[in-house]
Amino acid sequence: MNKTLNNKAWFMVLPVLVLVAFSAVIPLMTVVNYSVQDTFGSNVFFWAGTEWFQEILASDRFWAAMGRNLVFSAIILAIEVPLGIFIALNMPRKGWGVPVCLVLMALPLLIPFNVVGTIWQVFGRIDIGLLGHTLAELGVNYNYVNNPVHAWVTIILMDVWHWTSLVVLLCYAGLVSIPDAYYQAAKIDGASRWAVFRYIQLPKMHRVLLIAILLRFMDSFMIYTEPFVLTGGGPGNTTTFLSIDLVKLAIGEFNLGEAAAMSIIYFLIILVMSWVFYTVMTNYGTERR
Amino acid sequence: MSLSWMAWTWPTATFFIVIALLLISMGVWEYFSPGGHPRVGILRFETTRGDRLFVSLLGSAFIHLAWLGLVGPNLWWALALSIVYAIGVFRLV
Repeated sequence: MNKTLNNKAWFMVLPVLVLVAFSAVIPLMTVVNYSVQDTFGSNVFFWAGTEWFQEILASDRFWAAMGRNLVFSAIILAIEVPLGIFIALNMPRKGWGVPVCLVLMALPLLIPFNVVGTIWQVFGRIDIGLLGHTLAELGVNYNYVNNPVHAWVTIILMDVWHWTSLVVLLCYAGLVSIPDAYYQAAKIDGASRWAVFRYIQLPKMHRVLLIAILLRFMDSFMIYTEPFVLTGGGPGNTTTFLSIDLVKLAIGEFNLGEAAAMSIIYFLIILVMSWVFYTVMTNYGTERR
Repeated sequence: MSLSWMAWTWPTATFFIVIALLLISMGVWEYFSPGGHPRVGILRFETTRGDRLFVSLLGSAFIHLAWLGLVGPNLWWALALSIVYAIGVFRLV
């Protein structure tokens, strides 16, 4: 059957283009303009050329924050993806347990980011927090305010608590879409539990898993609110991620030119990683066919 | 409507005009040769003309950043390298 090509249909996309222009393109253009200039306020700008970019690329502070971001994303993915798969595999497929589990899993996702940060800030306090006080009572010298390792552990625990549900729900959606005939065939063949997972469940989940990995990577790489509320980037700079550093630079130090240059580099890194993930996601199935 | 808050400069305006012209040219190219010319190149997956432009622009941005970080602020050679890279992408990817 021949497809009818009608390029006039593209005009239907115009409203979205206008919306995106105002919400993303115009602010991005402004950031590019800022990145090559310096300002002391009052809408007065001085040409700086590529100076800010050079300064950022040579800045230890920037690369340290980038390193922390990458380590954080790697830890988050290494914990949340296997844990999410494990929980999804053990969730009930029939009966009253299904809605109960789904609601319980969805609950952390419904809580605003700053509230999550506040919950864990209180939770970890030694004087009144359930976690902090209990650990202190058990003789553990836990203090996320002045110990970098404890701060990292708390932020990772907080993120795992907040976002593993997303991986669980996506994996569960992949699992329930597998027809019973697959399991029956595996049973007839005498397949082990591991073989069922490896050759039936995992291949059927690969697409949703890639989406989960992409979403969790993007989100953890752009993390801001939760660690900002919990630790404020401290102790010292040990939990200062790129986004926190960016806000410190732009608002705390009013260094708009340098912050704009940093934003562009940050944006380009996220863009290239999103493209790689998206390309892998969209081409994975076609290569195997 | 004043756009002074956007802090426009001639170099950045030229940059965006070039990007806009590239997008318009792609639109015109698509009008005369519809379908995006999909093909499988050295990356071993299917790309269209739009994909190739995206890869060229993104790669060029990183070439310029690498040049700034490793060589210095004179970006004319980085621009030349980016053009060679873009031609390579359009021919091989």
